[in-house]
Amino acid sequence: MKQNLVEVKNLEKYFETSGGLLSRKKNVVKAVDDISFNIPVGESLGLVGQSGCGKTTTARALCLLDPKTNGDIKFLNRETNLLESIDNLDGEELKKFRRNIQMIFQDPYESLNPRWTIKDIILEPLNIHNIGSLSDRDDAVVEILKTVGLTPPENYLPRYPHELSGGQRQRVSIARTLIMKPKFVVCDEPTSMLDVSIRISIMDLMLNLAKDLEVSYLYITHDLAVARYMCNTIAVMFNGKIVEIAETEELLSNPIHPYTKRLISSIPIPDPSYERKVYDLNYDELDSIIAKDTEKKGMVDIGNQHYVATHDVKGLL
Amino acid sequence: MKKEVLKVDNLNMHYETLSGNVSAVKNVSFTIHEGESFGLVGESGCGKTSVAMSLLQLQADNAKISSGSIKLEGRELVGLSESELRKVRWDSISIVFQGAMNAWNPVIKIGEQIREAIREHYPSNTKQQNIEKIKELFEIVGLKEEIMDRYPHELSGGMKQRAVIALALSCNPKVVIADEPTTALDVVIQDQILKEIKKVQELLGLSLIYISHDIAVIAEMTSQMAVMYAGSIVEIGPTKEIFSNPKHAYTRLLLESTPSVVGEKKKLRSLDGEPPSLIDDIKGCSFSPRCPNPTEECKNGTKDMRLIKVGEGHYADSCCVECG
Repeated sequence: MKQNLVEVKNLEKYFETSGGLLSRKKNVVKAVDDISFNIPVGESLGLVGQSGCGKTTTARALCLLDPKTNGDIKFLNRETNLLESIDNLDGEELKKFRRNIQMIFQDPYESLNPRWTIKDIILEPLNIHNIGSLSDRDDAVVEILKTVGLTPPENYLPRYPHELSGGQRQRVSIARTLIMKPKFVVCDEPTSMLDVSIRISIMDLMLNLAKDLEVSYLYITHDLAVARYMCNTIAVMFNGKIVEIAETEELLSNPIHPYTKRLISSIPIPDPSYERKVYDLNYDELDSIIAKDTEKKGMVDIGNQHYVATHDVKGLL
Repeated sequence: MKKEVLKVDNLNMHYETLSGNVSAVKNVSFTIHEGESFGLVGESGCGKTSVAMSLLQLQADNAKISSGSIKLEGRELVGLSESELRKVRWDSISIVFQGAMNAWNPVIKIGEQIREAIREHYPSNTKQQNIEKIKELFEIVGLKEEIMDRYPHELSGGMKQRAVIALALSCNPKVVIADEPTTALDVVIQDQILKEIKKVQELLGLSLIYISHDIAVIAEMTSQMAVMYAGSIVEIGPTKEIFSNPKHAYTRLLLESTPSVVGEKKKLRSLDGEPPSLIDDIKGCSFSPRCPNPTEECKNGTKDMRLIKVGEGHYADSCCVECG
């Protein structure tokens, strides 16, 4: 049994919206509602679901980019080898935490500063965290460009993002992330904007780096086929809740929750003679069943490390 | 034998740029029959959209069709005047653009925008007739009637895309081109839209040209397909045949680089390198720099690219067929 790198318990993130102009009433949107998961060292968890189901909100809360409403997030402290809560980090400790946790964003066209050279972009985190001497930093940049396959590095250092293709830009994003030698990387749909031909090379690059550098990923995607390729475990999210979580192959071969079944059945299969099963799911009905389930009994273990939400969804499909 | 609806023969199109002519479409030929769905697949910049734009002749000002013919039900489209083309567009061929759902005018109601297209082509229709027509279209694509009176920002991405499909169908076209209609949508919505397009196509007996970079979607949607690389079709034939018996190295790589949720989990192959610049005249096989096992002959560029028959209605580029 591997040690956990990240433990999330009963995480909640609510947003308040106003009830309208002049109205005092406040509505609460439960973007992330009572979710729990663990990620062992060196393993990857896929967070899968439709747009707006709370995947990115979870990631942002995890990286301390947005304050959470409730719940515990624990992170492995490498020095003490203990899981420590990240609630009250500040000053130096917060900086150290941020070094270990990094993010790769969806759109490589928007996440790189267009007025900076590739060298400046990759150098920035080292400068912020004041790591190594100036010449060490330059060497590190050259080294990391080689790692992500942008060779020869000298060709790329003085260039600007607009001079690179989408795949090359995403490699720059990965380089910028990995130069901090993080232990945990949150990837928010890093390949969805890329062309098929380069998608696999970016995914392979990330998998190899995970193996070599023992990095864990929280991999956010709406495409189960991609999640299957990248992740050991998959958690399926619907309207802010995790409805099913299991080891990847177990989840795909034995889906229990109707939403998981619907999601799997909506992935196009690259085989014209394969007949997909047709599931029609009434989302409103599913939503109201989940909304009624206010007791928060959490999830039930059905064996094989396979957990399904306890709300009663029989007869929905 | 079904009736031929669209026949494209040796189409060549290039863009005139400051650094030279970019040959975006090279010797492209294909035929689409009535009620058939034809897929066009390839990576970004391979010329898929350029083909679509040439069919409607909506290409940019610097684009020139240098040779070839496009025949719609026997009528030549290349060389028609702009006013003649305006009658063909939408009336005979319509298109669902990539990201079209973001192209709605934000200050005009959806129904009014569709009515505008119908008015242009059927000026004698009364307003009531047009509204009835839109109601009918909305029913087909699974939208409620009241959507007509909504503004684009009041609709979700999936609803906007359905409305775009309704717009494309508004003048009873024979051929509908769908250029990556689901790229910006998430999987569940994509699934719904694909089913909708399929249903509409069968219901109205349309000929569909489906453009995508996702070979899994092509597998779902089409009965005939063509694989494009660097402006040329490198393999063309029945979809099932191409998937079960791919002949071109590029097709094989595309198939091996697509993840799937069914079947054995397999190692995917990545497609390294980049497509060639289309400004230069490419000698011989354009795929040889990225081919996993090119022969000396391929690399030297002494071979010409031409499609040869490899099966019933199945053609592939001679270079790859001959090296195996």
